[in-house]
Amino acid sequence: MKSKSRSLLLQKIALHAVLTPLAILWLFPLWMMFVFSTMPDHGIFSPEIVLWPSAEFAANFQNLQADTNFVRAMFISIIVAIVYTALSVMLTSMAGWALARYRFAGRSIVVAIILGTITLPFAVVVIPQFIMVAREFKLANTWIALIVPPLFNSLGVLFMRQAFSMMPGELFDAARVEGVREWRIFLHIALPLARPTMAALAIILFLASWNNYLWPLLINSRPNMMTAPVALGTLIGLTKVSWGGIMAGAVLLTAPVLVVFVFLQRHFIAGISAGAVK
Amino acid sequence: MAKIKLENVVKSFGAYQVVHGANLEIDDGEFTVFVGPSGCGKSTLLRMIAGLEDISAGTISIGGKVVNNTEPSDRGIAMVFQSYALYPHMTVRRNLSFGLEMNGNPKDDTARRVALAANILQINELMDRRPAQLSGGQRQRVAIGRAIVREPQVFLFDEPLSNLDAELRVQMRVEISKLHKQLRTTMIYVTHDQTEAMTLADKIVVLRAGHIEQVGAPLDLYDDPANQFVAGFVGSPKMNFLKAEVVEKGPGGAVVALSSDRTVRFAFSLSTEINAGASVTLGIRPEHFILPGEGDADLTVAVEVAEHLGNTSYVHARLSGETVVIEQPESRHRGDGQHLTVGVPARRVFLFDQKGNRLR
Repeated sequence: MKSKSRSLLLQKIALHAVLTPLAILWLFPLWMMFVFSTMPDHGIFSPEIVLWPSAEFAANFQNLQADTNFVRAMFISIIVAIVYTALSVMLTSMAGWALARYRFAGRSIVVAIILGTITLPFAVVVIPQFIMVAREFKLANTWIALIVPPLFNSLGVLFMRQAFSMMPGELFDAARVEGVREWRIFLHIALPLARPTMAALAIILFLASWNNYLWPLLINSRPNMMTAPVALGTLIGLTKVSWGGIMAGAVLLTAPVLVVFVFLQRHFIAGISAGAVK
Repeated sequence: MAKIKLENVVKSFGAYQVVHGANLEIDDGEFTVFVGPSGCGKSTLLRMIAGLEDISAGTISIGGKVVNNTEPSDRGIAMVFQSYALYPHMTVRRNLSFGLEMNGNPKDDTARRVALAANILQINELMDRRPAQLSGGQRQRVAIGRAIVREPQVFLFDEPLSNLDAELRVQMRVEISKLHKQLRTTMIYVTHDQTEAMTLADKIVVLRAGHIEQVGAPLDLYDDPANQFVAGFVGSPKMNFLKAEVVEKGPGGAVVALSSDRTVRFAFSLSTEINAGASVTLGIRPEHFILPGEGDADLTVAVEVAEHLGNTSYVHARLSGETVVIEQPESRHRGDGQHLTVGVPARRVFLFDQKGNRLR
């Protein structure tokens, strides 16, 4: 018994010996991003490497705000990400539920097409999507253009379909025998049981929207409709680049993601490992 | 309460037919058990009565009304599932009341029905727990409670005890039987366990490969099986089947000899025509062997294994390549390799033709 616990301890030490350097390697650039966001530009480029924060964050943020109206860009990003996540989780859940639980002609073809769209790179889709939204529907520089086109998320549909498929069918049969209407079965039984999967999907979708750079860059040309990543990107092209400001913006861009992940990580882990064990 | 009538009910999945023209009548308040091996169509038949599966042809009537196109909730039925199908995120109380609430039933009536079901099933102390906090037996009680609150005309049970251990199954079997006596509602119960069928049913429906093989009271099926399949399915341990041959044919009867020991012969009165030399099967239940010399013929077998259950023993023996199980109430020390001679009363022997049809 004693030797068993000793061997477990040794295993843990070995595991940590491997994982700790990897964690440091991963965290170091993030730490340096934070450190640079607190330094003046000449400090960032000085030959001396400084590993600890100084006190210029506010000044860097002021530069950032003066160049890009970053607060408004953050506000747009947050609104877009929240509305997109909520709508997309709702739509993908409904589509996933229908594909998982209703038998209808052509169901497997629909699933195959959805699966097929995952293999298409975004670069292939983005031009026809841009022509459709900007030229056909004339929606460039609008909230709708930012939020609606990416809403249909084939990965999310398959994710939710899988979650609903794994639920025992007898649960829903029991509700049908009790006279519960289909939409109430979905709302009151299926959705609460799919909560961990929905939380995991919400994190993935929030991150996808938050980090989305190419689509908002293409569809919006007005500075007052820029999302935060696009706003940050515009700084690179300026004649005088404020690296401290860019780093301050990067820190601010990272913070909400960390907050969302910390609050939902329990669901995230539960969601992506659902079905792995009985 | 309601009478149920099935007329030529067919179920097909694409080109594959799983229920072949089932005809059946179930009376008001009757406890009917559908029994048969896995894949025989018993659960499909139950789900068709519930309205959870469409029927491909025929009619199903409940309470005199054809319900082919009626929604499950409008058929006056309640169903208990094998997996219990309790809503895991709701308390027991909410599990019981959920269906009524969703249908807009008045709150005070819902509360009354829930309290009544909780009293009948003695689950009052479990009402605020969730299904994960209950044992298998408690979950099954809640599942039955959820059926009771609907105050249905017909209860449908789909293998409700399959997930319970042996002791709890016996206990729940008795409770379901008591519940039927208390409610006097029509109940249909699906099982593959013939012991459950024999102990619970007023009427047993034996199914095989989508066909109803026989319908009758439990003891009628035991005493007078329609064919070899029913004879083998009803009774535990199952009936012994021994190869035999018609050696003499007379007016209104025949003499049949065992293929493995042609000195063992039985005379049968038969209304069916059968030729001398025809191959037949003799069926003898393990419990119908008697002491040697007391029957119409004696049988000597080589003991392979004896299972001692305390009150009785089951001797597994060989008879020229065929396996025979014999119940021996008095035997406790029958060892391997010994020979055992038992008597066989001809009136307890069943005769089947090569297709498994009963010869009478």
